[in-house]
Amino acid sequence: MIETPAATDGWLRLHPLSPVTRVGRLAPALAIWFVLSVSHHESSQGSGEIYFVLGLTVLLCIFGFVHWLVTRWKIDGDTLRIETGLVRRDSRRLPLARIQAVDIVRPFSARILGLSEVRMRLAGSGSTDGKLAYLPDLAARELRAFLLAGHHDLTPEAAEAAEHPLAAVTTQRLAASILFSWLSVILIGAIVTLLVIDDLTPKTGAKAVGILFIYLLSLASALWRRLSAGYHFVAVEAPEGVRIRRGLLQTVSETIPNGRIQAVRRVEPFLWRPFGWCRLEVDIAGSGTRNQRGEGSPVGRKSLLPVGTHQDAWHLVSRLLGGPTPELTPPPHRALFKAPLSYHFLESGHDTTHAVCVTGRFSRITAWVPLEKSQSIRRVQGPVQRKMGLASVHVDAAGRRVRAEFRDRTVAEADVLVAELTDLSRAARTRHGDATPERPLPVAGTAPSGWYPDPTGRHESRYWNQEKWTDQVSNGGGTAVDPLQLSSAQLSSTQLSPSPR
Amino acid sequence: MVTMTTGSVPPSEAEIAEGLTSDWHTPSTRLWKLRVAQVGVVTVIIAGLTGLSFGIKHGIDAGIIASLVVVAVGGAVSWFVRRRFRAWKYQERHEDLVVTRGVMVRRMSVVPYGRMQFVELTAGPFERIVKLSTVKLHTAAAASDARIPGLEGAEATRLRDRLTELGESKAAGL
Repeated sequence: MIETPAATDGWLRLHPLSPVTRVGRLAPALAIWFVLSVSHHESSQGSGEIYFVLGLTVLLCIFGFVHWLVTRWKIDGDTLRIETGLVRRDSRRLPLARIQAVDIVRPFSARILGLSEVRMRLAGSGSTDGKLAYLPDLAARELRAFLLAGHHDLTPEAAEAAEHPLAAVTTQRLAASILFSWLSVILIGAIVTLLVIDDLTPKTGAKAVGILFIYLLSLASALWRRLSAGYHFVAVEAPEGVRIRRGLLQTVSETIPNGRIQAVRRVEPFLWRPFGWCRLEVDIAGSGTRNQRGEGSPVGRKSLLPVGTHQDAWHLVSRLLGGPTPELTPPPHRALFKAPLSYHFLESGHDTTHAVCVTGRFSRITAWVPLEKSQSIRRVQGPVQRKMGLASVHVDAAGRRVRAEFRDRTVAEADVLVAELTDLSRAARTRHGDATPERPLPVAGTAPSGWYPDPTGRHESRYWNQEKWTDQVSNGGGTAVDPLQLSSAQLSSTQLSPSPR
Repeated sequence: MVTMTTGSVPPSEAEIAEGLTSDWHTPSTRLWKLRVAQVGVVTVIIAGLTGLSFGIKHGIDAGIIASLVVVAVGGAVSWFVRRRFRAWKYQERHEDLVVTRGVMVRRMSVVPYGRMQFVELTAGPFERIVKLSTVKLHTAAAASDARIPGLEGAEATRLRDRLTELGESKAAGL
């Protein structure tokens, strides 16, 4: 299926140029260092540094090569096995059914060589994720299609085809949105101030530039990262979820899988409000890392739309959550005195499937939490709230700070909300559990071996050897041999694996 | 049943009909006694030290006043601690565990058994002296906050086993 240099026993190796690509990611830094050390050398400060940089590069190449040599992977039935490590051997088995998302990441150096990195994320684990760096582009895409097809019961062709665009971001809008952010306002302000100071008192100006240079540089690089991450952003509808492609130098192709969304958040920053822009973020189970105390599940936040109009956002949200969103109501007027800075935004509401809450002081933040994903319902009442007869209700989803907050509702309403949301979440969970089983069991190997009702119907029971039906049949205590012959009609109508009696 | 203002959930009608709601349980009284004792010991030590240092520097009267101030503060803190740990309550319902706590900020968590990832039973060195332990219910959400301190040995193991059992039978995926 995938053409990569083969090792033995069906084990596959990564692309031989992987070490070069790995070192290539560090190439700019090494090059700058090298140039600096050469210029040092010319100003006669010793040649040791040049050899150090060259030696380091060679060492990195050797490490990369050894890593390549000891890394191998294969698809073994329904698990993907990756083995790596020379000193500390690391052998991973990733059950195909548990793979939640497959991302393809292509750093700049890999793009030049036509290579891709495949990252696999599993549910409920932060550390056992697998990655294969690097594979040829085509092989990476085929592998992704294969892995996703296994999980979503699709043929590999169907998993890759059938995409239709949901949203895209133009470069102009992305650039404008980055320009109208606090970071760039600070950067521009600082530069203007420095220029003015420099004009008035050149000596202080030079000093100030010297001190602030590193901070300004980091600000600028943060802005650059935003631009490069959101560049050519396209969200498309794919059979397994919403697929996102983005990136300037390093391109990323990631999937937001159906039914893995813990919460969707729409943020409308203060500076974007005149343009009516917003950005969308989603929290997904199975990505990201645990916090230091190991609390909560690894839930990652992904950008679903770096910048877009309300219409774009609406389109995406309704695609992801399905159906209309509930009507929102503001909290009582007396809450104005408890939350004077955020009262103008506070709103919340719920229907049978989702809780929607609006919060924020300067940026307006709207959070959607599917009730079927709610982990707990909490009612919190501070001393001021108690004096005013108010209370807040939180619907927590998996993750550290993923929740919908019904802030400052009346006590009576909060009590009703807690009871109602508890019941609705329970109902949503059960409904979800009945409708779509989490993982369809594979046909072979499900039932333990033993006698089961004959699928052909000719005999009372037939022996199942854990993988397939045998020729052994049994009628009223006596056994006989009758080859299993199912007509095509029977094949489609009868179960191929036994159901427990 | 407690009144609405302390943050109880009115049980649903079906639950009342089936008699599925259990009563509210409270942690052992030894818990707040332990905490108050801890505050008392710390207060005595600090009061002694401040009294000594003030007494040496500004005379015996100043030393006595300083230690009295510290003792007063310690008394206020122990009053708060007592209220805080006496406000803890939990209720095992048919589908979920309800934990209420807090005096200043009142919090109530409703955690469905099906959302439970694991149950943690811990006992610190001081808790071990009075034979108490803390049961904490972990869900995928870090904010869930279902912690019950000060459970006596048998009750803690019973609760842990029951929660584990219910968590397994009602488990739901992420």
